[in-house]
Amino acid sequence: MLNPLFWLQAITLAFSQIWANKSRAFLTALGIIVGVASTTSVIAALTGLKAKVLSEFESVGASKFFVFPDRPDNAPRNMYPWEKILLKTAEAKAIRDECTLVKALTPITEVGLDVESGGKRIEGITVSGIWPDWHLVQNRFVQEGRPFTEIDVDSERQVCLINADAITELDLPANPVGEALLLGGRRFMIVGIVETTQARFFGMNTSSAEIFIPFSVAEKMQERNFFMRIEGMFASPETAQEGEDEVRFVLRRMRGLTPGEPQTFQVAAIDRFIEQFKALAAGITAIAGGIVGISLLVGGIGIMNIMLVSVSERTREIGLRKAVGATPMAILMQFLLEAVTLCLVGGFIGIAFGRLAAFGLTRIPGAQLDQADIPFWAVALSFAFSALTGIVFGMFPAIKASRLDPIEALRHE
Amino acid sequence: MAEQNAGTGDRPLIQVVGLTKVYRVGVETIHALRGLDLTIGRNEMVAIMGSSGSGKSTLMNMLGCLDRPTSGAYMLNGRDVSRMGAKELAQVRNEEIGFVFQSFELLPRQTALENVELPLIYAKGGWRGRRQRALAALDRVGLSKRVDHRPNQLSGGQRQRVAIARAILNTPSILLADEPTGNLDSATTAEILSLFRQIHSEGQTVIIVTHEDEVAAHCQRVVRLRDGRVLSDLPIGQDIAGRHLPSVHSAHAGAERAGA
Repeated sequence: MLNPLFWLQAITLAFSQIWANKSRAFLTALGIIVGVASTTSVIAALTGLKAKVLSEFESVGASKFFVFPDRPDNAPRNMYPWEKILLKTAEAKAIRDECTLVKALTPITEVGLDVESGGKRIEGITVSGIWPDWHLVQNRFVQEGRPFTEIDVDSERQVCLINADAITELDLPANPVGEALLLGGRRFMIVGIVETTQARFFGMNTSSAEIFIPFSVAEKMQERNFFMRIEGMFASPETAQEGEDEVRFVLRRMRGLTPGEPQTFQVAAIDRFIEQFKALAAGITAIAGGIVGISLLVGGIGIMNIMLVSVSERTREIGLRKAVGATPMAILMQFLLEAVTLCLVGGFIGIAFGRLAAFGLTRIPGAQLDQADIPFWAVALSFAFSALTGIVFGMFPAIKASRLDPIEALRHE
Repeated sequence: MAEQNAGTGDRPLIQVVGLTKVYRVGVETIHALRGLDLTIGRNEMVAIMGSSGSGKSTLMNMLGCLDRPTSGAYMLNGRDVSRMGAKELAQVRNEEIGFVFQSFELLPRQTALENVELPLIYAKGGWRGRRQRALAALDRVGLSKRVDHRPNQLSGGQRQRVAIARAILNTPSILLADEPTGNLDSATTAEILSLFRQIHSEGQTVIIVTHEDEVAAHCQRVVRLRDGRVLSDLPIGQDIAGRHLPSVHSAHAGAERAGA
């Protein structure tokens, strides 16, 4: 219907109109520029945060899971006393032996003990009781000496693992493997130095000195009803959902819970946390989208206003174009294209500012946003929304132009 | 003239029958045209004259397919254009009508060449070879050395030449000029009018709407309107004789008739 020459000249004309009225066009498009710039930079920050958090999750292990006691919601305290719902060593063993999808698992119990080494004495250090699989579950292996073995646990050996920070805090020699420590008055031999975790998961593990002893030994040093949690890993992140179900099934059976009864424990896979975090990030992104919606609405009204001015200024031109054969559709398209071009230029400048802001975010020290970046979909969406704004708000002025009577238009002063 | 009509069948180029146009301005009703009849043949050069309020502007808008009559018929090239919609009329204007306006109506930011090309933007498929066609049109009006000039770099006469080149680009059925010399001095007026006559001599039908007898004197035929009707429709010689115009125009008109 409209020939290629029409489109060529309409696009050229749209740009030359913007160029001829540079400052006016800039002020008009400011709403869109600010809207797109703010949204893209928020999305950039979110993307950076997400990348950071997910990489932390990754470092913990996406296929990891936790089991801990949990009182059912709205259940009376006396019906589920704490000692009744605490995890038992037998339960950890059952899960290890019966759950086929569980690759590795360790119960962890923490006991506060006074530590002595040579002349130095520190009170109330947290000592963790673990199984040998802990190395696998936490992805932490020994730098020096040897890891824990089944024999350490089975024969309740008085051995311990420490980390590098514990060496300095306890004034131990550089290579303390073979040295002895007094933990709660009992003598333990240091058999290995474990790696210090690189990723401190959301500020957990704040105490830097760590001491580990076999779980069977820690059990004996605890009070009668002691708290333990289970950490484990599934064969792969893909089987996390099935694995959870399996663990839940075994534990329910161990606890003799009938199908209708509420669960007295929680099984939570990291996978689940990742999902939750992604949902949260998506929610914030949607809010950012809402902000761009509002600012594009404001920007769009500016566009409509300036297009109405443009139509009025160029009434004679419209009359002439109609006289030489422009159909109403051709006039409509020309003005619509001009509005869309204006919006797209605004969107482009907005994205440029957004990129600049994203770059700035990566340079904020300690903000953990070094991976902030505008993803491609956000760029595409910004352009799409800008174009849509141009179409929606350019439509009324364009229709007005297309309906001008050529005779009246040519007579217009 | 008669021979030319015969050559393209018996139908005249323009046949207007019982044309009326009624405007409503507020509570007032204005009868701009009251049953006007007019026939114009191919390759005629006609002046349409009349005082303001005579309906000559309205008639020009009708002939130029810019407006539709309230009643009556307008056959252009055998097609009834009086009942066409806005889109069809736009196409007819693009293909059949070349407009020349008093104030030139050139696009200020575009070169002479781009201005001349304008109708091709809206042409159906006729955009191929546009540059050559626009250059040829500029050559016909004697502006082949000014193709890259913008309107503000051209004199009034040159601007009107660009406008004429734009009008004849599509080789329209009618070259329709509305007071084409109204903004020009007398020397330039003469140049432009002789350009119209040259284009007419090349086979173009020309209709000039004017209120100046000097302009009308360059045409073959003068249609005078009053109160929305044709007052007189005479060959230029008889028209001037009836109005006792100065002899210089008679001589001019005589030469024109001799030439035709």
